[in-house]
Amino acid sequence: MSLAKKYPEEVKQILSKYPPEGKRSAVMPLLFLAQREEGYITKAAMQDIAELLDITETDVGSIIGFYTLYHDKKAGRYRVQVCTDLPCALRGAEKFMDNLCGSLGIKVGETTSDGLVTLEAVMCLAACDKAPMFQTQGPDGIKYYENMTVDKTMELIATLKNGVGEVK
Amino acid sequence: MAHILLRHREIPDMNKLGVYQKNGGLDAFKNAVTRMKPNEVTDVVKNSGLRGRGGAGFPTGMKWSFIDNKNWPHYVVANADESEPGTFKDREIMEGNPFQFLEGLMLASYAVGANASYIYLRGEFWDIGASLDAQIAELEAEGYLGDKLFGTDYSLRLYTHLGAGAYICGEETALLESLEGKRGQPRNRPPFPPAVGLYAKPTIINNVETFTNVPLILAKGADWYKTIGTADSPGVKIFSLSGRVQKPGNYELPLGTTFRELIYTHGGGVMDDRKVKAIMPAGASSSLIMVDDEKVLDTPMDYATVRTLKADLGSASVIIIDDTVSLDWLVNKTVHFFKHESCGKCTPCREGTYWMSHLTERIHAGHGTTADVDLLLNVAKQIQGKCLCALGEFSTMAVVTSIERSRQDFDRVVKAQ
Repeated sequence: MSLAKKYPEEVKQILSKYPPEGKRSAVMPLLFLAQREEGYITKAAMQDIAELLDITETDVGSIIGFYTLYHDKKAGRYRVQVCTDLPCALRGAEKFMDNLCGSLGIKVGETTSDGLVTLEAVMCLAACDKAPMFQTQGPDGIKYYENMTVDKTMELIATLKNGVGEVK
Repeated sequence: MAHILLRHREIPDMNKLGVYQKNGGLDAFKNAVTRMKPNEVTDVVKNSGLRGRGGAGFPTGMKWSFIDNKNWPHYVVANADESEPGTFKDREIMEGNPFQFLEGLMLASYAVGANASYIYLRGEFWDIGASLDAQIAELEAEGYLGDKLFGTDYSLRLYTHLGAGAYICGEETALLESLEGKRGQPRNRPPFPPAVGLYAKPTIINNVETFTNVPLILAKGADWYKTIGTADSPGVKIFSLSGRVQKPGNYELPLGTTFRELIYTHGGGVMDDRKVKAIMPAGASSSLIMVDDEKVLDTPMDYATVRTLKADLGSASVIIIDDTVSLDWLVNKTVHFFKHESCGKCTPCREGTYWMSHLTERIHAGHGTTADVDLLLNVAKQIQGKCLCALGEFSTMAVVTSIERSRQDFDRVVKAQ
């Protein structure tokens, strides 16, 4: 089913934000919408967005490729994106990442065998005073988790597995 | 002194519209729209001496006065892309004191005659985007946004727009490209955005913190604002303090506060009582200020004085490096960041960051030679001055200053040749 049929209200609301000559601006919010369920953007959704906005599929593809929060491949249901950039690294983020890899039994870039979590190292998330920290990118959007320990993270992952809740 | 920007630290529930109003919120906007001419608003901001808080420090009122009045419509865009490693101030403003930021954006919109303004948030600020949407809806419901405000002919609407993870979109012309639904690659300048901006229309872009200063400047006057800070850099600044300090966080202080006061009085000193080895006052794109002499810590942090240390204050994201850190590791970190974030548009940045990352990786792994350090410095210097935007330049700052100011950190880990 096309995006406009599936989410008529959301698509209408997104398009209303921009002037008619700036319709193409809607590509970014539409991509987030298209990514909502599967966690990545399908070929069909790309065609769909291109048609909605009178641009080419290549245009849409170039946006997906440019920005790190869009994905064209399936991964775990949640991407756990740990900031290992300079300020976080000065406060132990690299060690946190190593230990988390150990606890999950996967390397950075890999997905747990149950398909729940893909672990990624990302650039600065504007939370340098609350390292170690990460964000999760999943069906319910993006959430920050700050001042984290490996234990707290494993607890969070357990609640994600049950499909509900978050730890503070 | 009570906070001017981080007022939520004293006033609970400042992110509720009723609380903001009870504390004088939105009076300045209503007064401006009903009693002032747009250019009078610009004049007050100009007289206050407020400079842009995003990093470049350009005088805000002057920027607003550059708007091209022969070409319409006009737009105002808030830069909430906050992505410089070490910067986390705009986030706290938008979470804690969002209406003051929105009112500043609304005042700027009125000043330049914009009827639609956008807030470009980094995509990671997903939840902030959702709460701003709700706050904007509240302002509409209360008659502060919408058509014919307060019975005048002025209409204004605000919209949020989420980016999707690209540091370069903090550069204002890349931000505009991104907002137009394209890859975030910087534009050639001139023309500058006040002449040709969003959808090729005159556009004013300011940082979140800059806008947040504006309501109180309008409410209390330019003269009041100039009593804070220094003559050249009036007002307060939020210093984002991070790295090897006891109490990292945001500290709102007058411009001209010393490094020592920030680190020791507010930041609780260095972790494990180590010594400050170096300071990066403007995040990952900083030059390194080496603290070989303790006196450096007594330097006042304002735009002009920091420049005497051959560094820039930028967005005042102060990263503290202690004596446990070797600069070959640090430079490897910053170069990897810029290599990842280079938009790929111009060759010196795209290729230069790539080759620098190979060199810093090799040096840090202990496989480098002294010739590699020389080559790294050489590549960095060849990037400088040749890029379309500042990112290329930024990628070289830590490299060049680390090697030139603390070469021993590199020589220690490489083989002589």
